[in-house]
Amino acid sequence: MGKNRDMSEVVLRAEHLTKRYPIKKGLFGKAANYVHALEDVSFELHRGETFAIVGESGCGKSTTGKCVLRLTEPTEGKVLLGEEDFTSLSGEALTKARQKMKLIFQDPYSSLNPRMTVADIIAEPIDIAGTYKTRAERDARVEEVMEAVGLDLAFKYRYPHEFSGGQRQRIGIARAIVLEPEIVVCDEPVSALDVSVQAKVINLLEQLQDRLGLSYIFISHDLSVVKHISDTVMVMYLGHEMELADKEALFAKPLHPYTQALLDVIPRIRHERIQDKRILEGDVPSPTNPPSGCVFHTRCPKCMKVCSERAPELREVEPGHLCACHLFDDALSEAERQLVGVSVAAK
Amino acid sequence: MALLSSDKSDSKVQEAERIAADSAKAREDERRETGRKRASSYWAVSWNIFKRNKLGMLCLAIVVVLILVAVFAPVLAPYDPDAQELTNMLAAPGGVHPFGTDEFGRDILSRVIYGCRISLSVGVVAQGISLIIGFLSGVFAGYFGGKVDAVVSFAIQVFSSFPFLLFAIVVMFVMGPGLVNLYVALGLLMWTSTARLVRGDVMRLKSSEYIQSCILSGGKSWRIIMKHLLPNCISTLIVVSTLGIPSAILSEASLSFLGLGVQPPMASWGQMISSSQPYIQSNTYYSVIPGVAIIITVMAFNLLGDALRDALDPKMRS
Repeated sequence: MGKNRDMSEVVLRAEHLTKRYPIKKGLFGKAANYVHALEDVSFELHRGETFAIVGESGCGKSTTGKCVLRLTEPTEGKVLLGEEDFTSLSGEALTKARQKMKLIFQDPYSSLNPRMTVADIIAEPIDIAGTYKTRAERDARVEEVMEAVGLDLAFKYRYPHEFSGGQRQRIGIARAIVLEPEIVVCDEPVSALDVSVQAKVINLLEQLQDRLGLSYIFISHDLSVVKHISDTVMVMYLGHEMELADKEALFAKPLHPYTQALLDVIPRIRHERIQDKRILEGDVPSPTNPPSGCVFHTRCPKCMKVCSERAPELREVEPGHLCACHLFDDALSEAERQLVGVSVAAK
Repeated sequence: MALLSSDKSDSKVQEAERIAADSAKAREDERRETGRKRASSYWAVSWNIFKRNKLGMLCLAIVVVLILVAVFAPVLAPYDPDAQELTNMLAAPGGVHPFGTDEFGRDILSRVIYGCRISLSVGVVAQGISLIIGFLSGVFAGYFGGKVDAVVSFAIQVFSSFPFLLFAIVVMFVMGPGLVNLYVALGLLMWTSTARLVRGDVMRLKSSEYIQSCILSGGKSWRIIMKHLLPNCISTLIVVSTLGIPSAILSEASLSFLGLGVQPPMASWGQMISSSQPYIQSNTYYSVIPGVAIIITVMAFNLLGDALRDALDPKMRS
């Protein structure tokens, strides 16, 4: 959790981000259909905050992260960095703006060039930016960062394959922070690691956040990790924003049926039977052909008549607690509220 | 007394602490030193792994010997390769001509030694040309994709769909026989396999996360190609080269055999086999010796390539 969280300063604002991948068919490559990877996602990231994005695999978490960094260009929508429109930048201005943002990857094995030494990997951003004029200054900075992430300086000239997953992830983190960015997108930074190493890496991320005043966009499917590290949580499903709230509010009182189902399946050490849990049935529908109305209605235990007809808007149900669900729409008629098939085994 | 002893133990503690600090510092220094040493020892580590491969070492020795023979041919050859001794034609091995003489009474050993020059230079230069063309076109196709890829891939398809030898014959026929033309013809013909392999490698590497991270840091295409793509393609390039050199040598032999490569009186192994044909019964060694030379050279390069690939791949180490 960011100790220096400053709610008054928005460092990044995503507005109506949408990403559709065309599926090309036919001789002339005309787009026959689209994969709806991301639909109308908006959020704010405050200074020093850890903003978590959670959801099942394929729900658009990583796409959100990549669109924010413009590693893939969003089809629609804007990303504002402070006051600057990041999505319209190009060339030098884009490079400059990007230096404030970094990405920590999920896979510590494929994210480091096997032919480069640790020092060269870490120094790459400063080498490109030309921050330091002399070799000695550059090396000093590399050593400083290596110490900050808890890497032994003796490893400077080793190659990535000589390290364990946790150490590799530290190298990745060192590379991300060497240019002192403002925003770090952590794309499942610990899901490829052992549980014991996960905790160490999470602690390191928290320490660095406190020391450097970083803002994190923390993408994860692991709710226990999210509960530990985040300030604000956004729940996504099939490219749509389902619920967005402060961590405390979200974990204490989840509003959206999907969030409730997600929280229900967190393993806990307690006497409980698996039969008591509400486990969602079925699979996530195809993003090529998303369901009508609310995308979750095919699996929702509280599905109403209106849900398959109209998509719910994201509305502020409680102060600071946004939820996209018809359950909280007071303007609905009795007929629209009529419950239809309960697709979940709520035993 | 108590005061004294505690003083003493204090000083003892201090002493111990100092020793501990010193040794820690020494260890730290040593570690820094080994860290620095490792940097220069990347090739040394590869060499160590390579050394363990007996067959690889043998092939390396053969290749080194071949290179030395090629370089010092005038020194090593006992006779002028073009000097005719018409009184002693098609002599069997032994005596003053260890490998015998050919139909003009020229010393076969000297001609094999000079032929080594031609064969190796054809192998290296033709492979060098094809490596440069192949790497650049492969990188452009794989890295930029889209239309560039379509054009390059089409060129690869066109070039590789011709029967190799037939195309080489046409090219040599159009350009005329000669050593330089041979280099160019083979170089222009062999790049497709390099290009295809590099293109595949680059397409795989392009989406890798370290390149995304480089793009995110503002790295230009040139940097990505030189710092990330080239080093990761090295093992592919080495394997392609060490397989390409012998195939170029074989192609040279075939073309010379057909009379389209190196022209007499210049000695080349293929050309020697070609001119030995009528005399295969009267002096078998005349055709066998250059043939054995080709086999040894081709095999040495092929096996050396395998050994080098194993030694240079960092993932093979642990």
